[in-house]
Amino acid sequence: MDWLANLGRATLDRFAAVGRASYVLYGALIAVPQLKNIPLTIRQMYVVGVQSLSIIMVSGLFIGMVMALQGYTILVDYGAEGSLGPMVALSILRELGPVVTALLFAGRAGSALTAEIGLMKATEQLSSLEMMAVDPLRRIIAPRFWAGIISMPMLTVIFSAIGILGGHLVGVEWLGVDAGSYWSIMQSTVEWNEDVMNGVIKSVVFAFVVTWIAIFKGYDSIPTSEGISAATTQTVVYSSLAVLGLDFVLTAIMFGIE
Amino acid sequence: MTSRKTEILVGLFVALAIAATLMLAMNVANQGSVGNGETYNLYAKFDNIGGLKVRSSVKVGGVTIGRVENIHLDPEDFTPVVTLSISKQYIEFPETSSVSILTSGLLGEQYVGLQPGFSIDDIENLADGDYIADTKSALVLEDLIGQFLFSRDSE
Repeated sequence: MDWLANLGRATLDRFAAVGRASYVLYGALIAVPQLKNIPLTIRQMYVVGVQSLSIIMVSGLFIGMVMALQGYTILVDYGAEGSLGPMVALSILRELGPVVTALLFAGRAGSALTAEIGLMKATEQLSSLEMMAVDPLRRIIAPRFWAGIISMPMLTVIFSAIGILGGHLVGVEWLGVDAGSYWSIMQSTVEWNEDVMNGVIKSVVFAFVVTWIAIFKGYDSIPTSEGISAATTQTVVYSSLAVLGLDFVLTAIMFGIE
Repeated sequence: MTSRKTEILVGLFVALAIAATLMLAMNVANQGSVGNGETYNLYAKFDNIGGLKVRSSVKVGGVTIGRVENIHLDPEDFTPVVTLSISKQYIEFPETSSVSILTSGLLGEQYVGLQPGFSIDDIENLADGDYIADTKSALVLEDLIGQFLFSRDSE
């Protein structure tokens, strides 16, 4: 009967975890209207957003450059190197921008959030706050949650813009694609609502999921060094899987067969 | 709590994001060159629409004036009916206008070309919901090759 009991316990644990995750989310969401939390949120936007900026910008530049180089070698066979602009722009705006930003964000900012909150728990800072009648969900979790949700779409837009400029750098400056056709065919192909806004919507969804996983894993971690280490690993693994899985679902809804 | 340096850097971050959005808006995307203004619908029956798709553009002399709103098959005579959504800026096309399905470039996408007809006093303008009578179908490569072979055989 042991295996049956184990199965039951595993199931109950899963449901309990979903419940705790929803409680954390509720605590984070309900704290939005509080004006006194805005300075805290700005402080977290610095940690989560500004400090991720360099890695996002550098990878955006290189991904744009690689896209242009790869696209050029294929398109030039068909004499269609004029279509390099829309190829680079569409693949970055629709897919690579939101997805790569979310993956980098999970690795750069998500893991840091989990470790920070987990260590606060381990050193009983969260309990001390509660003793002083300060709700740690409002004071600690909510600013980090909102900072993540605000920062990631902004990082995505910056990533996409720099990626397209990187494509220009390689395609036009180096490989000699006509600058006029790079930009004008891109402009006639890329649609503001269809392509740019759908990418931003994607990144808002990813921001929600990644930040939620990061703060929940930190808040729910076992307060030991092993526990924090495991929680940090789980944050990166779970958010990456969630981002890639959700990306397929969102793409199917947004760009799938009508 | 929040130091001045942090605030400045976050401000810079937000400014950078706004600049990137503006760049995407101005240089990368077209916000529908027809504008998001009012449109009216015209209908056209073709024998064959080739590779025409919903959202393909409608052009007069190369200027985009609208988009293909819908494509469906007439259930009675089994011919494709294309709904053209045209900006209200361009409302005065005479009824003698013709539409044809053209291709931009050799491998480019297909679009609807509208050729404004002559207008004399007793010819009215096309209004919302009208059918354009004079249509030319898309060129289908297989048909062209077939015609070419046929005409060569008969010589």
